[in-house]
Amino acid sequence: MSHEHVSNTKRIWFVFALLSAVTVVEVFLGIYKPESLVFNHFVGLNLLNWIFYILTIFKAYYIVWAFMHMEGETSSLRWSVVSPVIFLVLYLLFILLTEGHYIYGVFKDSTIKWNF
Amino acid sequence: MEATVTTANNEEKTWGGGNEPLRASYGKMMMWFFIVSDALTFSGFLAAYGFSRFKFIETWPIADEVFTHFPFMHGSPQPMLYVALMTFILIFSSVTMVLAVDAGHHMKKTKVAIYMFLTIIGGLIFVGSQAWEWKNFIKGEYGAVETAGGSLLQFVDASGNRVAIEKFAVKLPEQREALTRSHGTWFMEDAETQPTYSVAEVQAGFKAHPELLIRTEVLTAKKQKTILNRADSEARLSQAKYVVEGANLTRNEYGSKLFADFFFFITGFHGFHVFSGVIINIIIFFNVLLGTYEKRKSYEMVEKVGLYWHFVDLVWVFVFTVFYLV
Repeated sequence: MSHEHVSNTKRIWFVFALLSAVTVVEVFLGIYKPESLVFNHFVGLNLLNWIFYILTIFKAYYIVWAFMHMEGETSSLRWSVVSPVIFLVLYLLFILLTEGHYIYGVFKDSTIKWNF
Repeated sequence: MEATVTTANNEEKTWGGGNEPLRASYGKMMMWFFIVSDALTFSGFLAAYGFSRFKFIETWPIADEVFTHFPFMHGSPQPMLYVALMTFILIFSSVTMVLAVDAGHHMKKTKVAIYMFLTIIGGLIFVGSQAWEWKNFIKGEYGAVETAGGSLLQFVDASGNRVAIEKFAVKLPEQREALTRSHGTWFMEDAETQPTYSVAEVQAGFKAHPELLIRTEVLTAKKQKTILNRADSEARLSQAKYVVEGANLTRNEYGSKLFADFFFFITGFHGFHVFSGVIINIIIFFNVLLGTYEKRKSYEMVEKVGLYWHFVDLVWVFVFTVFYLV
């Protein structure tokens, strides 16, 4: 193995504090649901959900980079792991959410009642 | 071409073996690629959940009203708190795991063992918490009725608080007793009459309590469930077909059938990952105790199971967001 192993204990605890703080913020927002965030939309999604998704990605980044030690890997390994996931997931989400929204319209505007 | 000409140390024998272009051992790299494929599996599940939720966006249950239980606080709804606790437990077990990996780099056997042990305990607590969450979800709290059209109706009092079926339903003498397995031969049971109360008993009880109203699944502009007036409530209740208590894969008292299906499937699949992670951690823990990695002069195996364990934590971060927050 080529990377030198200095002790990261300090960084580990820092990341733990960071992830905990983010979770506390999420729970706090999830319980109180400020109206200014829930009822204002940006690109089809309300601001509170935007915050939740951004914080989720933020936490995921720290788990992968610090805990799974992705920051110590070569950039080619980083890219070969991260890029397929990101691009395939974005594609999948785009297709499925668009179709889900379309079917919502079909149920709403026609007489179909079948709940599948 | 720099990306393909891989190593400086071995230029003549690029294809002669022994090269590590990604500077990671075979096992670690394969763990990474397993994680990629597993991440795509989970993404598929979560995207399917998103699909179904978008399909029923106006009638989807509100998570804060479903997951309200906290140990020893029965009767006072506590949305979010229990799942937040579970999240902390899993993040903390991730921390002890990464500390074990760190201690492994310094060849400190005892420290690795202690941290691995703590990780296993954290994992077990998490799986146990999930079982408790499932138990409450399956048991249900208030009960509801399903109409012939597949809509779900819940009961509220005049101030909009939920009312449990058992609080108002009456016992009618003419109702048939449910056939249970203990009274039948083989696997005979009677699904229609299995709930504690029949549809007729709920309808009679509703008639006797004029203060009760029906709450439908439809979300208002204020993102609350619609509450019907008394006349509409009676009209809707006359179409009732099933009494729904708790949750199973066919129907659930919280709302959309798919809500419970996805909850069981995705948290179940994640819980199975946690469980298998705990088993793998236990195996590696005993290997640490036996000194296997001491003899091998490398604790890389701890690192590899660590990757898996962190991945499980990573998935939970997303499950937490889409099921409980959004």
